[in-house]
Amino acid sequence: MSETKGKEIKTGDVFAPRDREMHPKPYFPAYKSSIYRSPKKKLIMIPQSASELSGPVFGHDMFGNLDNDMIHNFARAGKSAIGERIIVHGKVYDELGRGVPKCLIEVWQANAGGRYRHVNEKYIAPLDPDFGGCARMLTDNEGHYQFTTIRPGPYPWPNGPNDWRPAHIHFSLFGHSFAQRLITQMYFEGDPLIPLCPIVKTINDNKAVQRLVSKLDMDSAKPMDSLAYRFDIVLRGANSTLFENRLEGN
Amino acid sequence: MTKKLSKKLIESASQTAGPYVHIGLTPNFTGIRKVYKEDLGKNLKPASGDVITISGFVHDGAGALVRDCLLEFTQADDNGKTRLAKVGSNGFSGFNRVPIDLKKGSYKLETIKPGRVKAPDGSPQAPHITVWIVARGVNIGLHTRIYFDDEMEANKVDPVLDLVPKARRSTLIAKSTGKNKYQLDFRLQGENETVFFDV
Ligand SMILES: [Fe+3]
Repeated sequence: MSETKGKEIKTGDVFAPRDREMHPKPYFPAYKSSIYRSPKKKLIMIPQSASELSGPVFGHDMFGNLDNDMIHNFARAGKSAIGERIIVHGKVYDELGRGVPKCLIEVWQANAGGRYRHVNEKYIAPLDPDFGGCARMLTDNEGHYQFTTIRPGPYPWPNGPNDWRPAHIHFSLFGHSFAQRLITQMYFEGDPLIPLCPIVKTINDNKAVQRLVSKLDMDSAKPMDSLAYRFDIVLRGANSTLFENRLEGN
Repeated sequence: MTKKLSKKLIESASQTAGPYVHIGLTPNFTGIRKVYKEDLGKNLKPASGDVITISGFVHDGAGALVRDCLLEFTQADDNGKTRLAKVGSNGFSGFNRVPIDLKKGSYKLETIKPGRVKAPDGSPQAPHITVWIVARGVNIGLHTRIYFDDEMEANKVDPVLDLVPKARRSTLIAKSTGKNKYQLDFRLQGENETVFFDV
């Protein structure tokens, strides 16, 4: 053994394995697109190194003023997107209940008529010339986020003979490490289409579905302006920290 | 050594990124150019290291090309360092986001050859790039890695490759196709299915 004094260096937080029972099954035939896009072989569990535990760092300077305002960030001068004006806000936690600061949140959605601005989009509902459909933001020091948008419309999609998506906003979350990376969808309290949706049904656990449903939040509504919905998100949390013995001076 | 804490909350469930993931993550690529100056995970300017290109296709279990997916890559710099510059700064962030080329149906990652990142026990892993694949029909993002076929000595002692059955390792190893050029396809299902990891 070396006689040099060892020094403990924190090399990263270690995540407990993902509880895949709380996540959708990859193969779910009622959601047709999953049939040929779901791996059949078991995932291989690997030890978490800096490759999994680190992640890109996002700075405030990359954001524009309207990045978190879908009502205006695509609109022509003096115009705004058509639809029910809403504020969506909440907090990003880790599994240990701590807020996740500086988490990159990117969201995208259909317009008020249920139509996406995309070349492959075939739905007959019209485009809104003042609505693009994307926004992004960083959580603050406590993990809070907020953006403004219009409530997206439900839309039909080619799956079963008459499948409709409940109104939803797609969420992409980038915490502090690649192991935390998550894409999910936010639904709206009281939407009767939620329990009918094959994509929602890929999640087996009803409580896990309910955690994706945002709640009307009258306390955060802006009178005579916007309703508000609250949506909290939980990312994986490090339940231990990996230390490495390094030689002094290294 | 590790210090243990207990879980209080449950991770939010994943949902598919759907067919329009690019509206959210690479809007300029889809033609929504008025919102962000540029898409994230582009225009990396590495200070040092060999510039390389990795390209290939993503296949589904029926043999069709997956065109509506988005690939994310993270990696160390050429010294094996993973704490890197901020995304959007002039430094090398190690983060790349790559959509499928709409005409060719293939992906192309331009980056630098990564150095060796330490395994949890302190031993060096072989040079690799971590990959995350999301798409319509993919209910939870798929994690995998890219290794290099001109690093066979390092690959032989890599602790992660060691966990992969020998017959499947080739699904993770990019083939050199010329100077600083590599090729690797991802197969979401079926024969030669890519090895995906639970990280
Ligand atoms: Fe959608």
